[in-house]
Amino acid sequence: MLGLDADRLRADLNRLLAFLFHQGILDEQYLQLQQLQDESSPNFVSEVVNIYFHESEKLLRNLRSSLMDREFSDYDKMGIHLNQFIGSSSSIGAKRVRNVCVAFRAASDQYNRAGCLRALELLEHEYCILKNKLHELFQIEQQRLLAAGVRYPMLN
Amino acid sequence: MQETFAEYTARTAFERPLLSGVAYAERVVHSKREEFERQHGWTIKTMQREPSPIRDEYAPVIFSQETVSYIESLDMMSGEEDRENILRAGASGKAVLTRPFRLLGSHHLGVVLTFPVYKSKLPLRPTVAERIGATAGYLGGAFDVESLVENLLGQLAGNQAILVNVYDVTNSSDHLIMYGHQNQDGDLAFLHESKLDFGDPFRKHTMICRYHQKAPTSWTALTTAFLFFVICLLVGYILYGAAIHIVKVEDDFHEMQELKVRAEAADVAKSQFLATVSHEIRTPMNGILGMLALLLDTDLSSTQRDYAQTAQVCGKALITLINEVLDRAKIEAGKLEMETVPFDLRSILDDVLSLFSEKSRNKGVELAVFVSDKVPEMVMGDPGRFRQIITNLVGNSVKFTERGHIFVKVHLAENSKPMAEAKAETCLNGGSDEGVLVSSAHQFKTLSGYEAADERNSWDSFKYLVADEESRYNASINMPLAGETSQNVTLMVSVEDTGIGIPLIAQDRVFMPFMQADSSTSRNYGGTGIGLSITKCLVELMGGHISFVSRPQVGSTFSFTAAFGRCKKASFSDTKKSNTEDLPSSFQGLKAIVVDGKPVRAAVTRYHLKRLGMLVEVGSSVKMAASACGKNGSSCGTKNQLDVILVEKDSWLSGEDGGLSLGMLDLKQNGHVFKLPKMILLATNITNAELEKAKAAGFSDTTIMKPVRASMVAACLQQVLGIGQKRQAGKDMLNGSLVLRSLLYRKKILVVDDNMVNRRVAAGALKKFGAAVECADSGKAALKLLQIPHYFDACFMDIQMPEMDGFEATRRIRKMESQANEQINGGSMDEESARKGKWHVPILAMTADVIHATYDECLKCGMDGYVSKPFEEENLYQAVAKFFKAKPMSEL
Repeated sequence: MLGLDADRLRADLNRLLAFLFHQGILDEQYLQLQQLQDESSPNFVSEVVNIYFHESEKLLRNLRSSLMDREFSDYDKMGIHLNQFIGSSSSIGAKRVRNVCVAFRAASDQYNRAGCLRALELLEHEYCILKNKLHELFQIEQQRLLAAGVRYPMLN
Repeated sequence: MQETFAEYTARTAFERPLLSGVAYAERVVHSKREEFERQHGWTIKTMQREPSPIRDEYAPVIFSQETVSYIESLDMMSGEEDRENILRAGASGKAVLTRPFRLLGSHHLGVVLTFPVYKSKLPLRPTVAERIGATAGYLGGAFDVESLVENLLGQLAGNQAILVNVYDVTNSSDHLIMYGHQNQDGDLAFLHESKLDFGDPFRKHTMICRYHQKAPTSWTALTTAFLFFVICLLVGYILYGAAIHIVKVEDDFHEMQELKVRAEAADVAKSQFLATVSHEIRTPMNGILGMLALLLDTDLSSTQRDYAQTAQVCGKALITLINEVLDRAKIEAGKLEMETVPFDLRSILDDVLSLFSEKSRNKGVELAVFVSDKVPEMVMGDPGRFRQIITNLVGNSVKFTERGHIFVKVHLAENSKPMAEAKAETCLNGGSDEGVLVSSAHQFKTLSGYEAADERNSWDSFKYLVADEESRYNASINMPLAGETSQNVTLMVSVEDTGIGIPLIAQDRVFMPFMQADSSTSRNYGGTGIGLSITKCLVELMGGHISFVSRPQVGSTFSFTAAFGRCKKASFSDTKKSNTEDLPSSFQGLKAIVVDGKPVRAAVTRYHLKRLGMLVEVGSSVKMAASACGKNGSSCGTKNQLDVILVEKDSWLSGEDGGLSLGMLDLKQNGHVFKLPKMILLATNITNAELEKAKAAGFSDTTIMKPVRASMVAACLQQVLGIGQKRQAGKDMLNGSLVLRSLLYRKKILVVDDNMVNRRVAAGALKKFGAAVECADSGKAALKLLQIPHYFDACFMDIQMPEMDGFEATRRIRKMESQANEQINGGSMDEESARKGKWHVPILAMTADVIHATYDECLKCGMDGYVSKPFEEENLYQAVAKFFKAKPMSEL
């Protein structure tokens, strides 16, 4: 019974991953990340992703507060924030978030405040989707681990 | 008197053609009128033929020429003006003209010329009064002006076109016409006026000539003018046309220029597009492949597994194609740059060989590599690209060859000349009938005995190369070769196969991209046809050129030259050490006999054994080897002990009795103290039955499967001889990540990145390959960690970092190192620096942006290379392979 459950969960997991790939939310970098996870670092992916969430939320807060500021003019600093965001997003393979960041950076390079605000909203939206989906993914993983009752095997 | 005068004047009239007639009038004063009239018997009449009124003086005509006889008795002074004229004549003593009038007889206009006639001699300077007093009469002659002018200007007047008018202009306000019509229309524009002098200073005359009609238009002038105009027009038109043409050509030129610019832009855009698109395709393809890998991990039914595996194979093929297109695009965009790193050519060739060994073995095709001894062990160049070229060529050969052999040969380009001479020599020395002999026997002296397109690799020329090498080798012991002092070494690589060859019609488009010999849809062989064009580009980038000789149904030989740099001695010894790690040195000095009927193949085997440091002899048959063995045995010297006998399968099968004798030999020598030579069979493919037979015949030790590679031979020998217990790196067992693992194992690596996520991922990736990773979150932190002395083997540096970016950090690290190196050179050698020799930690840039990666800038600030971020195994391998030598697998 448990084994069947695990199989179903694995199918779910793969389906969800396929969906995320299809939607462009994730790209192959996420798979590379998963490949880095092995017995020596069993929680590598979730660890990295949690760092990512933590950092990203900090960055988003910074971006929002600086854009909300009426006398805002420090586009350079915003560019640095965005570069960080782009870098970390591409590292975990969050493709759509990364693309929005690139657009955001372009708007920021042109000192286009309205564009920045639009991009920020889009970015928060995309980030929300990504976070939810990744949480969902981890949840299924965890369930599957529980169901399988084994250590998380290497996806290779 | 009258008769006399008349006759005289008539006779002399021819002397006065202008005068219509002459008459003489006598001066008669009034007082003598009556007497005069009486004397002559007529009264004095006026011009109007009336009796003359009373006057002071009269001048009646008394004598007259017959032509004017009608004026006799007429008083010439009857008119007031005439009178004045006549008196003036008398007073001046000169001829006088009257004003024009109608002559009585002819009614023509005329003038009368009057001369005074004096009675007596006048004093020398007579006064007027004296003259008048002395006047006896007047002689007058009538000029008929009309006839005069007509006579005089007969020529002119006869010309109807010219109108002549003669005027008396004495009274300037009232011109009296003397000749011609007063009011005749004429061309007033052209008139000629000339003065006429009839001898009377008092009267003035003018002659006016003009055209009777308006001047006729001059056709010549008109035609000339018209022609001139036309010519002008034409010239103008020509000039205009030329100008227009110039303008047009200029416009066209500008247009062309613009088009050229656009075409170039389009070309760049095309390459860019290709690069971008292939990159963009690669990304989802990786996704597909990744998902397929995931899928294959799941429990699948065999059919499903088959489908998924097929999809994976196709996907991999597509990725390969895209990579090739990307290469091509990069080459076209000029973005492909050649590395210059030291590498071992022979081991690369071995790698490529092992790559295709499986395929060639399945096909029963022999695959062999021969590298001339003169080719330096390490050369400077781009190993990746060299490998790509060889892989392409060998891959092609494997694809198109069903029988025979594929032979890769590398030698110095300078050697090809003596070889060609040698070839010519053999041709001269009756090489042709030898050729007939050989072909009739259907055995060519090539590697496998099949005919090859290019005869340069057949034994006839090959032996010269080998022999040449031998002699050179001996010579080089004493003196270094001149060639070795030069900076560059040009290698000649040829890949020979005995495949289907290239059809003659397709031979000239072999190197064109996407061109294939058989592009029909029903062709036998797959592929896109881009490989050779890339190969050509790469060869040209390496400063060489590629050519081929191909004969359909016989085979093709591709040869290319490539220039490599020689290694500096220092780095040479450095890398050599690691190289000998690759091949075990435990076989140094072992003696071997290679038994092979085919000299080329024997040379190849010998080459591989020599690389292991073994002393090799070649025997063409088993018997020969046996006799050598026997000699060996009888001499009993341990020094010359024979260790290994390698027998080619073909030779063994052809001389089976020899194999038996070999077995006999074994038995015979059993009694001796020294070790028996090990018997090894060399075979491309072997059936189980043959294997059994071989074992029975004495090849119990082992069978080496071709292609022969030094490392594999080494492994076999280790197994057989039981020496060098340490297991060697079986290269064909390695896949990419294992290679990486071998490169990075236990290396201390510093990862510098401000982005925590990136740092974590990079560290994770490197840890996976066995590296010990330490992290720094900024350029400053990295600087601190890299203070000399440190223990890091490499550093991965993010370029974009706040405060201090990767370039700046690298510059500072390099500065630090150079200072440290100076101190070492200054003499303060401590143990640490002695170990390292020189401080130079490899720094690799990490960048998310590969296409636009400013590789130059990386190098400029002292970095050693770059890897794309996120890490890709292949990319990472390429970057890392330059610095680390693989550790043997056994240590992993």
